[in-house]
Amino acid sequence: MPPKSIRPGIFKTALLSLCLSTAGLAVQAETTVTAVMHAPLRAVDPVISTAYILRNYGYMVYDTLLARDSKGQPQPQMASWTVSDDNTTYTFTLRDGLKFHDGAPVTAEDAVASLKRWSQVDKTGQVMASLLSDMSVVDEKTFTMTFSEPTGIALIALSKPSGLAPFILPKAAAETPISEPITSTIGSGPFKFVEAEYQPGVGATFIKNEDYVPRDEPADGLAGGKVVKIDKVVWTTMPDSMTAVSALLAGEIDFYEQIPHDLLPLVEGNPDFTADVYRKQGSQNLARMNHTLPPFDNPKMREAVLLALGQQPMLDAQVGAASDYGTICAAVFGCDSLYASDYRAEDIIQPHPAEAKAILDEVGYDGTPIMLMHATDLNNLAPQGPVIAQQLRDAGFNVDMVSMDWASVVARRASKAAVADGGWNMFSTTNVLPDVGDPIGFIGVAAGGESAWFGWPNVPEIEALRGKLARSSDPAEQKQIGQEIDKLVIDNGVMVPMGEFYNVTVKSAKLTGQLDAEAPVFWNIEKAE
Amino acid sequence: MLGFVVKRVLSAVPVLFMVAIIVFMVLRLSPGDPAVMIGGPNATPDQLAALRESMGLNKPLLEQLFIWLGAIAQGDFGVSLVSGKPVAALVMDRFGPTLALSLSTVVLAVAVAIPLGVIAAWQQGKWLDRLVMTGSVLGFSVPVFIIGYVLILIFARTLGWFPVQGYKPLSAGFHDFAIRLVLPSVTLSFPYIALIARIVRTNVIEVMNEDYIRTARAKGMTEGGVLMHHALGNAAVPIVTIIGVSIAMLIGGVVVTESVFNIPGLGRLVLEAVLARDYTVIQTVILLFSTIYVFINLGVDLLYGLLDPRIRY
Amino acid sequence: MTQTPAPDTPIPPARDLPEMDSAAPDGGFGALVRGVLSSWPSRISALVLGAIILMAVLAPFLGTTDPVAINPALRLQGSGPEHWLGTDSFGRDVYSRIVYGARISLAVGAGTVLVSLLFGVFFGVITGYFKWADIIVMRFMDGLMAIPGILLAIALVAISGATLTTVLIAISVPEIPRIARMVRSVILGVKNEPYVEAASVLGTGVWKMVWRHMLPNTVAPLLVQGTYIFASAIMTESILSFLGAGIPPETPSWGNMMADGRTFFLLKPELILYPGAMVSLTVLSVNMLGDVLRDRLDPRMAKRL
Repeated sequence: MPPKSIRPGIFKTALLSLCLSTAGLAVQAETTVTAVMHAPLRAVDPVISTAYILRNYGYMVYDTLLARDSKGQPQPQMASWTVSDDNTTYTFTLRDGLKFHDGAPVTAEDAVASLKRWSQVDKTGQVMASLLSDMSVVDEKTFTMTFSEPTGIALIALSKPSGLAPFILPKAAAETPISEPITSTIGSGPFKFVEAEYQPGVGATFIKNEDYVPRDEPADGLAGGKVVKIDKVVWTTMPDSMTAVSALLAGEIDFYEQIPHDLLPLVEGNPDFTADVYRKQGSQNLARMNHTLPPFDNPKMREAVLLALGQQPMLDAQVGAASDYGTICAAVFGCDSLYASDYRAEDIIQPHPAEAKAILDEVGYDGTPIMLMHATDLNNLAPQGPVIAQQLRDAGFNVDMVSMDWASVVARRASKAAVADGGWNMFSTTNVLPDVGDPIGFIGVAAGGESAWFGWPNVPEIEALRGKLARSSDPAEQKQIGQEIDKLVIDNGVMVPMGEFYNVTVKSAKLTGQLDAEAPVFWNIEKAE
Repeated sequence: MLGFVVKRVLSAVPVLFMVAIIVFMVLRLSPGDPAVMIGGPNATPDQLAALRESMGLNKPLLEQLFIWLGAIAQGDFGVSLVSGKPVAALVMDRFGPTLALSLSTVVLAVAVAIPLGVIAAWQQGKWLDRLVMTGSVLGFSVPVFIIGYVLILIFARTLGWFPVQGYKPLSAGFHDFAIRLVLPSVTLSFPYIALIARIVRTNVIEVMNEDYIRTARAKGMTEGGVLMHHALGNAAVPIVTIIGVSIAMLIGGVVVTESVFNIPGLGRLVLEAVLARDYTVIQTVILLFSTIYVFINLGVDLLYGLLDPRIRY
Repeated sequence: MTQTPAPDTPIPPARDLPEMDSAAPDGGFGALVRGVLSSWPSRISALVLGAIILMAVLAPFLGTTDPVAINPALRLQGSGPEHWLGTDSFGRDVYSRIVYGARISLAVGAGTVLVSLLFGVFFGVITGYFKWADIIVMRFMDGLMAIPGILLAIALVAISGATLTTVLIAISVPEIPRIARMVRSVILGVKNEPYVEAASVLGTGVWKMVWRHMLPNTVAPLLVQGTYIFASAIMTESILSFLGAGIPPETPSWGNMMADGRTFFLLKPELILYPGAMVSLTVLSVNMLGDVLRDRLDPRMAKRL
């Protein structure tokens, strides 16, 4: 044993060498937040898939040019902008200090390449691209977007918070064709992805990006400074919510993005946990029919479905009977949105089996079974199928509910074949309210036939109105156009709104500072000892 | 002896070949186009056609089979259709937890089941025997996940002795590693204990009635000595056999147990792969499990020679 | 195992099967049943199994409601006069689902036994009788046997879509090789018996020979094996459902009930424990009867398991 006097020195050296040896790698983090997200991370391309877990991943690793504040207004994030007087030319300038995780500076070239890839896939991006006459790089830090006519779409699109958000990737990655998923995980966001600890479907680790320079403004929604106050975030997957809640109660995890509502009594009233609802992360249920196949190529049959379905039983099954976490809402774009409408509210909210049956009799429905796809493996979706099936049966439909996992629904809903050859008549899903509340970007209302979302409704009037909305910059006119779209969507059975519900995020009481934003983001979160 | 070993090892080859063919057929004959899976929702028909071409999906089935077998022979298991990572790497990542869970289960099961079986045999027909036997049938009859949940409820949630879930590799320290394995291993060992205890009992009883045991008794050997020296020794062959045979049962249990205790092993990998239609991963994991099964049984066959002097080669 | 004679073989080769002598001569089913029911555990098992079968048959008359009818407004209720065992997360009546679940479980058990016996015996006979078939089919069976049954079943269900039929087939397929092997070894064993050769010399046709002289030898081991397959099929169905690769979730099966109850285990453990108890009881009583049956019919197998 060395003499007493030099022991502190040895201790310091040891500590120092420990720090050195682990620096840069996954640091033995002082503060680690272990989170169970709503779905496992299995792929890392934040642009080609609308899976919300990839959006969440995107906000960790990447950054966006603009971002919406808590009031929904676009604000500068990576870039600030100026508009020409005629509202046709937008000039974006990247702020100083932006660097990718590999040390390369973020340039206008990266931004333009990223926007090009994104706008091939995203619905808002597509509308933006259709109006865009030119997008060009001016210098290292500046690029311009020129539109053929005055429009406000650039700011709406570039600050799109959810669905597919326009994340900025390095140019090399952004030039990957959209048919090919990106495997690179280099972004310029506030967290770095730890490639070595990534196990698809099991866990993903993010460490604080020490080189990230946050904006000076305080964080507000997704806008403002992204100040990271923890060292490490670990996303771990629990295929079983019972195990997840047990782990939460045992202190093994700190953050549970979407606790099944039924399990809330286990944490409510326990001072060690907080249960929060983020209104902007609420979801809308939607039922979708296949417009290209009989019987739903007939508008009357779609009307019968609209009348047959009602919202309360669905919400009861999802979040608990008469729970405050679910709200009936007839508005296609959501009741909190700018375009909220109560058009035909009674028809949409309440089930009307008798009226629906009358239509079936009138049309002479021959009892051909309706092939309804039911996803069984996601907490929010599993209750939908049986409720829809029962309501349709009550109205005299013959329903063939086929249960499968969500991956199979995703694969099958892309098929336009006849039911016997792998096609479908109906499915249901959820979309988050920020996506729903945007008539240009919401996949549920696009009605361009072939180019529309699965179900392929073809209502040219809706497409014309969506284009008109994109070109409009007058809020009153926008609202009026949105409500017209709402009417057309309902009358044509483009989709059936099935109520809104809010997920509950449960956290260890040690965690504070989660932002009220459209996505769960981990900057600004603090963890007390 | 050597000839026997070589012959047995060689006989495993056609079995594995057959497994490969069956797995290939089952997956290829299924509806669904792998090109659509890889191409994703945004692939154009042209891109899909190109993908099919590059993946060889246009070729006759038999040719595809041989191409695939050739790739496997070179250690190329393809890439995951979902994550894009090499399948071999994914499998290696998940192998540790499953191996740890399986080994600890087998050790635990053998350590508990042999004494139970011997006691039951020794007490044959008495209440202790009945208790062990009834318990063992019960062990078969209760679904593994129910056992898992009940154990979590009692030992993790109520008593707090063990973590609820998760896995830490041995490199994170023995304590962290071991403490997370206790509940899953106990859960998984239930049917295994039941099975082995029954075999031990039956065989010990049988051997106890043999002439040489009667002689040993007559010579004044204690009952315990008889049990340990002769009976158990001679019962070793069937016991080893059953451990080998029931490895398939263990693998089935692993899938369930890993799901209940959130252990990132091969069982969960294959379950996730099946649910996501990740064919390359399914193929590889099933092939791997089958290979393990074949080789363990091969090992058991060879052990036979060592344990049972009556078998001559 | 090389051979296992059955009660009505013309020349019982009773070499090392002392118990057979007592069972065989007075022959027939009645004696077997009397034999099996000679001990208390097996009587209780038979009683339990009988009750479950009765429950399945009489399901609509046992105070049940529609087991599929949902009522989300009344979900997760406790026991009460309306719902004797409460309701599940869709507001379906748990008692009714348990009662109707017996139908599914028994159907899966019986169906699996039927399918696997049918194919197993067919392959066993042709491989035991025809040398050419032996080489090809048995290699295939070896391969099939080397694939862990649960994995094969999950893959089959996931790929072909979850319906009662596909689940049944998926559970049956892994059982077929075992049956085939057993039947094959019995056939191989009796092929050279004097009475079979005699029949062959007398010009008995192949199929008649198989039917009259060979298959009867397989009845006893098949009966024993059948009970185990029955029990394990019920178990496997519950595991498949639990893993999300089982019968469509609407179907009231005990496996589905347990899968649904997973989320609620900490709040309402009975949602898993009631159907769990039913599965355990059924499997337990079938296994117990299987054990007794085996001891009576097939003492050589008893030594193995």
